[in-house]
Amino acid sequence: MTGQGFPGKLPNAYMTAGTSSFSEFLSQVAPELLPGRRPLPPGDYAEISAHATTIVALRTADGVVMAGDRRATMGNYISSRDIEKVFPADGYSLVGIAGTAGLGLELVKLYQLELEHYEKIEGAPLTLNGKANRLATMLRGNLGIALQGLAVVPLFAGFDIDAATPAEAGRIYSYDVVGGIYAERDFDSIGSGSIFAKSSLKKRYRRGISTDEAVAAAVEALYDAADDDSATGGPDPTRDLYPVVMTATAEGSKRIDEAAVADVARAVIAARTENPYG
Amino acid sequence: MAMQFYTSPEQIMRDRAEFARKNISRGRNVVALSCADGVLMVAENVSSTLHKVHELYDRIGFLAVGKYNEFENLRSAGVRLADLRGYSYDRRDVTALGLAKAYAQTLGAMFPEQTKPLEVELCVTGVGAAPEADEFYRLTFDGSINDEPGYLAMGGDADRLKEVLAEGHDFAAPLADAFALALRALSSDGGNGTRRELTKDVLEIAVLERARPGRAFRRIEGLALDALLAQTESESDTDDGAAEGDATTDTDES
Repeated sequence: MTGQGFPGKLPNAYMTAGTSSFSEFLSQVAPELLPGRRPLPPGDYAEISAHATTIVALRTADGVVMAGDRRATMGNYISSRDIEKVFPADGYSLVGIAGTAGLGLELVKLYQLELEHYEKIEGAPLTLNGKANRLATMLRGNLGIALQGLAVVPLFAGFDIDAATPAEAGRIYSYDVVGGIYAERDFDSIGSGSIFAKSSLKKRYRRGISTDEAVAAAVEALYDAADDDSATGGPDPTRDLYPVVMTATAEGSKRIDEAAVADVARAVIAARTENPYG
Repeated sequence: MAMQFYTSPEQIMRDRAEFARKNISRGRNVVALSCADGVLMVAENVSSTLHKVHELYDRIGFLAVGKYNEFENLRSAGVRLADLRGYSYDRRDVTALGLAKAYAQTLGAMFPEQTKPLEVELCVTGVGAAPEADEFYRLTFDGSINDEPGYLAMGGDADRLKEVLAEGHDFAAPLADAFALALRALSSDGGNGTRRELTKDVLEIAVLERARPGRAFRRIEGLALDALLAQTESESDTDDGAAEGDATTDTDES
């Protein structure tokens, strides 16, 4: 690596003061690593990559719960049965993705690093609103490829450590492909099964729901989504695959133990065996 | 017409080195040492917000003495380099040695080129799987790089501090013992064997925890620092009294 003026030195972009954003830094030193900066020939590319499907998020008395099914599809075939689409964005927030799976996973990796990078450079984390806005900015850079069929839509939820009470601390933000950002009051869902998941949550959700109840409601919403949407995977006891469920509370963001989620999913299946319409 | 005087390159370099050394030696000291629980980093720092001890990456820490704006600039560069490398390859591909070499090259290239040399001394440290595998690289203003296994001291009284550390250092010591040693070293620089009292207001402490997965860097402040200090004091008074205060540190002495 050669710097201007001083051969052998790190390039000047490394030494520039004033930016704490990793993606801004990347746009200077390695723009090819940003998904939105790769020029595509004209055309529609929706079918070249796997699609990630349904994510749900709910506000609870302690923070937020987010869950995602495990399926990715390419057209009419299932390209993955065990993909994970919900991730901790940092110590107090979660992000889930729907849409083009490859780009979505790349966006999540970049976003996680964006938050960590800011925290390391500044010595303090971004506020929850700041994190949500940063994700919108990153999405805007992808608009061109989104219009060519490679759209990614994230769902962001987190625990606001500056909030007065835990009940007010949970926040959910949804996005659209142009980078529009919408704060959700109670719950939201994205992906192909989202209509069915939301309908399910409408009947199950109430304000001030506990984390355990929210986990059950989320797993059931994904069950309902899988029931009616072919691209959403239901709980799979034969392969021991169940939704990924995470929480962000005052204790930080963490994944709910797979065995615990399996128990919840089995309870949902048992209840539906008794009464198929919930 | 301005008269050009000839100055030998040797003289120029010597003047620059002397300038840098003189200004660095005015600074307060920092120490880093390896112990059973990880790499302990302690700095004497009157500010609680302008840090001298930092996180570079998952298992890599950074210490600096000298001019704040200069080492802050180098620190940001290190964070950017580490994050870019981790993003392009894998998190485990970011190593303390790789970052130390990049710093050495940068400092080495800037020293002869710039009129004013950087007045900084840096340490890049990495926590390993075992205490003996911990890495300490000391980098000086001219790009010299030194590998100092086990422990390291920088600042005005680095040599004296190093003597104290050399006497007491033990790879197998728990965190509280390592902290007591670091405190002994930092407070011994009053000259003539006198000891200064260092309160928690002027101490900046962080540890790279060996057992912690992911980002191993943790600052020890507030209640955790009170507990650590209490533990250290009770030991130095040879009391058997259990450390009072909140047990929020991970210093289990088993």
